[in-house]
Amino acid sequence: MKVVLSHLTKIFPARGRGSAGTVAASNLNFEIPDGELIALLGPSGCGKSTTLNLISGLQKPTEGKIFFGDDDVTDLPPENRGVGLVFQNYALYPHLTVMDNIIFPLGNLRGKERMSKPEMQKKALEIAKLVQIDGLMDRRPSELSGGQQQRVAIARALVKMPRVLLLDEPLSNLDARLRLQTREEIKRIQRETGITTVFVTHDQDEAMSISDRIIVMKEGVIQQIGKPQEVYDSPANLFVANFLGTPPINVFSASVSGEKLHIGGSAVLDVPNAPDGEVWAAIRPEGFIPDENGPLSCRLGELEVMGRDVSVVSFSDYSVNEKIRSIISSESKIDLASATVKFSLKPKKVFLFKKDTEERILFDIG
Amino acid sequence: MENKSAKGWLYLLPAIIFLGVFMVYPLIDVFVYSFEEGYNSASQTFFGTGLYNYSYILHDPYFLQAVKNTFILVVVTVPLSTLIALGISYGLSSIKPLRELYQTVFFLPYVTNTLAVGLVFMILFRKTPYTDGLVNLILGLFGVSPIDFIDGPYWAKMFVLCFYTVWVVLPFKILILTSALASVSEDYYNAARIDGTRPFRIFRKITLPMISPMLFYLIITGFIGAFKAYSDAVALFGTNLNAAEMNTIVGYVYDMLYGNSGGYPSYASAAAIVLFSIVLTITCINLLISKKHVYY
Repeated sequence: MKVVLSHLTKIFPARGRGSAGTVAASNLNFEIPDGELIALLGPSGCGKSTTLNLISGLQKPTEGKIFFGDDDVTDLPPENRGVGLVFQNYALYPHLTVMDNIIFPLGNLRGKERMSKPEMQKKALEIAKLVQIDGLMDRRPSELSGGQQQRVAIARALVKMPRVLLLDEPLSNLDARLRLQTREEIKRIQRETGITTVFVTHDQDEAMSISDRIIVMKEGVIQQIGKPQEVYDSPANLFVANFLGTPPINVFSASVSGEKLHIGGSAVLDVPNAPDGEVWAAIRPEGFIPDENGPLSCRLGELEVMGRDVSVVSFSDYSVNEKIRSIISSESKIDLASATVKFSLKPKKVFLFKKDTEERILFDIG
Repeated sequence: MENKSAKGWLYLLPAIIFLGVFMVYPLIDVFVYSFEEGYNSASQTFFGTGLYNYSYILHDPYFLQAVKNTFILVVVTVPLSTLIALGISYGLSSIKPLRELYQTVFFLPYVTNTLAVGLVFMILFRKTPYTDGLVNLILGLFGVSPIDFIDGPYWAKMFVLCFYTVWVVLPFKILILTSALASVSEDYYNAARIDGTRPFRIFRKITLPMISPMLFYLIITGFIGAFKAYSDAVALFGTNLNAAEMNTIVGYVYDMLYGNSGGYPSYASAAAIVLFSIVLTITCINLLISKKHVYY
């Protein structure tokens, strides 16, 4: 089921006199192709959960329309939209067993769709097998681990075969190891059912690893939509560049003159067709190449070895971040006794942004 | 470790002494008195021991009347007040505007003096040579002939007593239930709404089980409270409850000790022990049932 949001705006009314309302979502326009897994990504308070609630129907938009396929569902109450929603805290009914939790939505069906109890149980067991909790059907939620509860919540959302599956921060209550496992699970379940899925997260790792497409939001406004790798390789503005990637991108205060990028007086990179002026230069950690004759010189801090990666911590007066982190291959030699480290840069890993609007400035890559 | 537990007992000592002297010792004493025939508290003498005291009160028509009254009161007011309180709290939690105003109004009886309220009820219900009372005036509009609710037939007096009791116990139950309802996470309702659950099913399958611990707490304390009813009857019908056929078990105990026909601590003790065993039995049954139906 294709999902289309068109000029969707949500303004929460102001509390108290004199203060303006809060714009949680501002003029959102996007289309989710049938069967895709989409991540709504952004820091807390960016309007991603609101957007999810608008799609589910729990909240009404101030303006704009929502379509599922060709149906306009903007004015439909949640129960008539055919959505499944997994809550951040799962919201499993604590007094019901896993089985009863999963068949709860089926008990609401009326008329022709009404099922007998054995039919419901059969259906619930099918879904439980899909999410691999069929051995736990008689337990109560309090007797399950976080990951198992999560699966029950997904099973409950899936049992009515919703047209759209919505997940609100599905992994935030799990520990790190379980989070890795569960995100693979979500991907697998989504692939097997083929249900269009939207999930909300503030964790860029999560979004990058399992989604077909990510939507980066900030303060209710969409910053960029695209495939994870595209967004990473070509951020539309400084916010997106900063938000994606671990370790975070390194931002320098720099300038362009004569198609050359200058950081602290030395020309560090050729930037053909870039206009002259003050810029932010953002360099991915993997964009640094240790080079004795390299143009970018930084004060050397220390080496951090994180498994297979070696990260060089260095400092520069022109860096916006306190520390500059660059990831280098472990073969590269760094002279720890030296006070400075010199780098040359990979042009594809360097992005320029306007100082005022923080929008991207493109340059030709030779 | 031993040192630690000695310290623990030391801290508990004041409470243990207090409870021992003022609760446990009197309880045992009452139990002993109930088997001592013709005990006189002034001379501390008695004729003999045995079950005569129990036999006496179980053949006393006033006691049997009191037991009957108490049971009617319990059976009518506990379920009724709990149901009404549930209805009102559910209503309160569903509305936004004026909620606090209504909450205050429903809570007022709790901070009002029992005897003052009894007086107001008398004015509402009493029939005098000068006026039939407000309730009778209203009933008159529907063509019902005036009834004396305070000095009239048994059922009319019982009705007023039950009505009054329900009214008096409501605020506390409403208070407890509104806070219980407020503590049910909004997410459960949202989850149910997404699945298209109808309001009645939400109430029965989600709200009710979620507040069931509080509900059972109210039922159990409600039973105990209703069995111990006394002051309400006094407020409405005066101190001579035997004459008004409106006595309760606690009233009977009091009368046996201090009333006009009083001065019989042995009979009073026996009646108190009978009441104690009834309350204990009912509470045990309640707890057994609640264990089956409350999950957390």
